[in-house]
Amino acid sequence: MAATGKLERFRNLFCGVVFLISFLGLSGCGSDEQNAGQKVIKIGQVSPLTGNIAHLGKDNENGARLAIEEANARSLSIGGEKVRFELISEDDEAKPLKSTIVAQKLVDAGVIGVIGHLNSGTTIPASKIYNDAGIAQISPSATNVNYTNQGFDTAFRVIANDAQQGRVLGAFAIKLGAKKIGVIDDRTDYGKGLAEEFEKSAVASGGEIVAHEFTDNTKTDFTAILTRIKSKEADLIFFSGMDAQAGPMMKQIKNLGLNVLFLTGDGGQTQQFLTLGGAEAEGAYASSPGEPLDKMSGGKDFTKKYTETFNQSIQIYAPYAYDAMNALISAIVAADSVDPKDYLPKLAAIEHAGVTGPVSFDQKGDIKRGTISLYRVSEGRWAYIETLE
Amino acid sequence: MDIFLQQVINGLVLGSVYALVALGYTMVYGILGLINFAHGEVVMVGAMVFLTAVSVLGGGPLVLSNSTIIVFAVLTAIFVCSILAFFIERIAYRPLRNAPRLAPLITAIGMSILLQNIAMMIWGRQYRTFPELFQIESYTFAGANVTNVQLFIVGISIAIMASLLAVIHLTKVGRAMRATAESPQIASLMGVNVNTVISLTFIIGAGLAAIAGVLVSANYSIAHYSMGFILGLKAFTAAVLGGIGNLTGAMVGGILLGLIESIGAGYIGDLTGGFMGSHYQDVFAFLVLIIVLVFRPTGIMGERVADRS
Repeated sequence: MAATGKLERFRNLFCGVVFLISFLGLSGCGSDEQNAGQKVIKIGQVSPLTGNIAHLGKDNENGARLAIEEANARSLSIGGEKVRFELISEDDEAKPLKSTIVAQKLVDAGVIGVIGHLNSGTTIPASKIYNDAGIAQISPSATNVNYTNQGFDTAFRVIANDAQQGRVLGAFAIKLGAKKIGVIDDRTDYGKGLAEEFEKSAVASGGEIVAHEFTDNTKTDFTAILTRIKSKEADLIFFSGMDAQAGPMMKQIKNLGLNVLFLTGDGGQTQQFLTLGGAEAEGAYASSPGEPLDKMSGGKDFTKKYTETFNQSIQIYAPYAYDAMNALISAIVAADSVDPKDYLPKLAAIEHAGVTGPVSFDQKGDIKRGTISLYRVSEGRWAYIETLE
Repeated sequence: MDIFLQQVINGLVLGSVYALVALGYTMVYGILGLINFAHGEVVMVGAMVFLTAVSVLGGGPLVLSNSTIIVFAVLTAIFVCSILAFFIERIAYRPLRNAPRLAPLITAIGMSILLQNIAMMIWGRQYRTFPELFQIESYTFAGANVTNVQLFIVGISIAIMASLLAVIHLTKVGRAMRATAESPQIASLMGVNVNTVISLTFIIGAGLAAIAGVLVSANYSIAHYSMGFILGLKAFTAAVLGGIGNLTGAMVGGILLGLIESIGAGYIGDLTGGFMGSHYQDVFAFLVLIIVLVFRPTGIMGERVADRS
């Protein structure tokens, strides 16, 4: 609808102006402390530090900062010179438009690589800018397939992508005993991509897609599409979207008397889904890339270090940001150079034993051993089932 | 057949939600000739105030029964929304009453954005859940399911429409409203306080919006600072479809829009052999709107309510 688009644009413009004012006011305050005899290497970090997922953004920043502090404590030398790493953290507010602005800002500040961004929607537009500048970008949490499909040799990620997730979810649906599957996607990049991969995998495992329905990420009424799925006698509904839709959807499934299993991706594997779905969320299945913290190879030590340093608990992606930063620093050390031309081949071929598991990349820059964990709602909590590759 | 019946019920419920909000649009338009785009946001404020009131009353030192809490929380929501609407009219519309028509339309959109942002600051960006104050029960008849909240929504929209019609056609205030709609100048010459009548219109509309907000968030058990925008847009569409300015039209338009959406989403896929899916739901709804407006520019029940220009 045109009216929505216009308002959206107006809002973005408004936010842009506010940002510009605050930016002009603050730009004079940052001061680089110069340690004599040490070369400063700047590394960027981008995540939403304000807005409704600011807590996740701060978590990423903390993970990256922890890795930087540890590297500095080791007082590394590169090219025969003592170096000190400096983290420049930027806020992209989870907005695609803002992400390219901060990406350019980081490039202009002379960072040699970037850990970020958090969302797929911001990581992809920013990746072009980093690629043009020729510097490495490692996302700790962007899962959209397209990010590494652009042919950029600068784009990497340390988390399993939606193709891997969709594949695992499709096979898992059949494993749960589903034969006729109804799919609902929210028509965002994330929802659409995940639904496609899910369908491919479910069909390959012997399932049948009896309905593919659509909604969007503002709707709260799903009765019409759920009734249609009911008429197709589906025994499992796969929802490819976010928790704000998945929660109310659970209630409507129960109210309409549908007797189906419910499966969703990482967009629904949240605390909010549990609150919104209430008692009706019981028995729902969902996936999440990676492993739960206590199953990770270095999870215990990392949790201890993290909570001691920042005096707060880990949200989700901090270990991934930590691994991403360590991989980048290792590549620089291995190349003995901060020139991307030297360290990028080293990064592409890296074998790093990370907190989240072994970090190494395939041709495209995706993590080789991408794991997906599955959960089920039991007594109002997400109970871990298993981790699949 | 039971599936078709279920889709009709889905449509009726969704349509009643639209109608409930559309009544507020159409009432203000009928009397002032103004499209109050901030109405959707007043609905949202109603829902948010209700939820806050429930948590305050429920967590307070007094032990109250759930029904007492609901009644007090609804009254609080109506009260806050009425005050809000009174000030919206005072600040954003009254100074522009004699300005070109475009000017109040722009302030209305501005008001809508302003209210959304204020609500975001007060209640945060996270989604809120409707508390479990009563048991949602699902009844089955002829293979179709309907919940008590849904039945209540349909019932209350009809009741509100009927009582609004009664107020406007049978009371003294109603007569003053109709006179103002016809010509504010002449109404004021006849001793009608036009400003009071217009304020009252906004206050009544806001009271309805508060009730709509509570019912919508109860039905979907979710509330969010941005919930009013799309809802307002759909309700506005329903009001235009039914004939803006006409109360029965808002009801008819709302229910029709709900039915088109739900039956559209349910059957487009099968009718077109999978060529078009449920994502054409909105396209269908607006196609019907365009067709209706081509043949009946005033909407289905539309009449020439006020000719002022």
